Amino acid sequence: MSEYMLEIQNVHKVFNAGTINEKIALDGVDIRLNKGDFVTIIGGNGAGKSTTLNAIAGVWQIDHGKIIINGTDVTKLSEHKRAPYLGRVFQDPMTGTAATMSIDENLAIAARRGRHRGLRWGVTKAERAKYREKLAQFGLGLEDRLTTKVGLLSGGQRQAITLLMASLMKPDLLLLDEHTAALDPKTAAKVLELSDKVIADNDLTAMMVTHNMKDAIAHGNRLIMMHEGRVIYDVTGEEKKNLHVSDLLRKFEEASGGEFANDRMMLAN
Amino acid sequence: MLLSLNLNSLLNAMPGSIAQGLIWGIMAFGVFVTFRLLDFADLTVDGSMVTGGATAVMLIKAGVSPWIALLAAFAAGMAAGFVTGILHTAFGIPGILASILTQLSLYSINYNILGKAANQAISVNNYKLLASLRYVNSSGSDRIIFFAGLTAGIVILIAVLYWFFGTEIGQAIRATGCNESMARAQGINTNFIKVLALMISNGLVGMSGALYAQCQGAADVNMGRGAIVIGLAAVIIGEVLFGKLCEKRKLMFAWTLLSVAFGAVLYYIVYAVVIWLRMPSENMKLFSAAIVALFLSIPYLKGKYGKKGVKRNV
Repeated sequence: MSEYMLEIQNVHKVFNAGTINEKIALDGVDIRLNKGDFVTIIGGNGAGKSTTLNAIAGVWQIDHGKIIINGTDVTKLSEHKRAPYLGRVFQDPMTGTAATMSIDENLAIAARRGRHRGLRWGVTKAERAKYREKLAQFGLGLEDRLTTKVGLLSGGQRQAITLLMASLMKPDLLLLDEHTAALDPKTAAKVLELSDKVIADNDLTAMMVTHNMKDAIAHGNRLIMMHEGRVIYDVTGEEKKNLHVSDLLRKFEEASGGEFANDRMMLAN
Repeated sequence: MLLSLNLNSLLNAMPGSIAQGLIWGIMAFGVFVTFRLLDFADLTVDGSMVTGGATAVMLIKAGVSPWIALLAAFAAGMAAGFVTGILHTAFGIPGILASILTQLSLYSINYNILGKAANQAISVNNYKLLASLRYVNSSGSDRIIFFAGLTAGIVILIAVLYWFFGTEIGQAIRATGCNESMARAQGINTNFIKVLALMISNGLVGMSGALYAQCQGAADVNMGRGAIVIGLAAVIIGEVLFGKLCEKRKLMFAWTLLSVAFGAVLYYIVYAVVIWLRMPSENMKLFSAAIVALFLSIPYLKGKYGKKGVKRNV
């Protein structure tokens, strides 16, 4: 068993190689997460934040490098084979859930992540009771709507369900990919609060991509800044706690040589 | 001109239309599985319908029990679905094109199954067929037994499908059809699931083809032409007319399937009426396509010009 929960070693990824749209998305990314780390990842557009999470999740194969989750080398595994190790919440609330299926069915599908799916009934009574209890802890009133189709829920409610889905089978790593970016500020704050709770309650190791520097500072025990496919800043512990948005801005300007003013990070303060 | 129409002839055509509708209802279940649950427009069915019919007819002629032949037709349909699934998932061919390739190749295969002939007749005089126009039009107990048996068969099929799509693997199929990213993120092998769903769908279509061929007294290499359109018509007519009734009911999925079977029956009743109104039969494909276009556009136009869309809780 590895001492790290996640090891990303020298990962490279080029999109549309050899064409006019060639884009070096990841340019030698190295990240090591200890068990229980909650890392926030910031950076401008195209810095490689979401790409890093997609590389870990196996949405596509990387060109070079190695990805090891809790001692298992998953570099060559397809997306669905890595799923047992990962909980994922996406930027678009539509992505994480099946809209035409009910809340309990979505949860039941997540509860079978990494297990053999056979001809047993899809949702049992005992499960429903468990889901009701877990949803009640969220305080969104969803516990009384187990048979409601997820497509009828709001974006915030869907993200809350996706969070619960991601944590039902305790994952080695929770990947939050700008999961509050599509929500209004009040709902975003609620979903962030729930994320903190889920991570703390289940003692999870987590990575959260965000555009909001305040959130990045306020949440987690570690902060990584990416730029042009590389990690340019990695800070943890007391040093991270004492960070200010102005520090991050300065860091970013150093790295990007002043092109920063155009970036939407600016707006996210 | 209308006066020259004989209502009796229409009424006499009804049992045949209903029988045909029920048999095509099974086919429409297959279309429902791909088109609605998997979100895959599978044109394989035009071929696999014939494959099922040809397989069953040839086996029955060889002395095999019609029941075994029915199972064989299911298996033959599954094989066709398997090919489309592999072309799509393992070789990356877009779904609709993969299914067209299979459909085209099945034309040759079906011709060969039929003993290098375009059709093979099978007479109810010589074999104890599961379906036949003879039963449909008989005035005695044969007709009652046939319709009761066919209806029971459809109810059993609905029960089995209801059960299957409620199991873990059935849920995985529905999730894959609804949201592939979500399915993969939850560890579902979406490629395997797609192949499986295509196999089940085409198995049902093959079975329907077996019954249809027996009912018509022959398997014909062209009998599946436009089958997808009839299957879609059944699915969509069922949804548009009965969708509201099915909503919020317990066992909604079973009611939806039942409405698909009703949709198929209605389609054939309307078909009979149009024929009765002296529409030349060569124009019927145009009629079928128009019906499907009409019913497919209703939900879209309703959404576009209707007063209110779907209510959401924000």
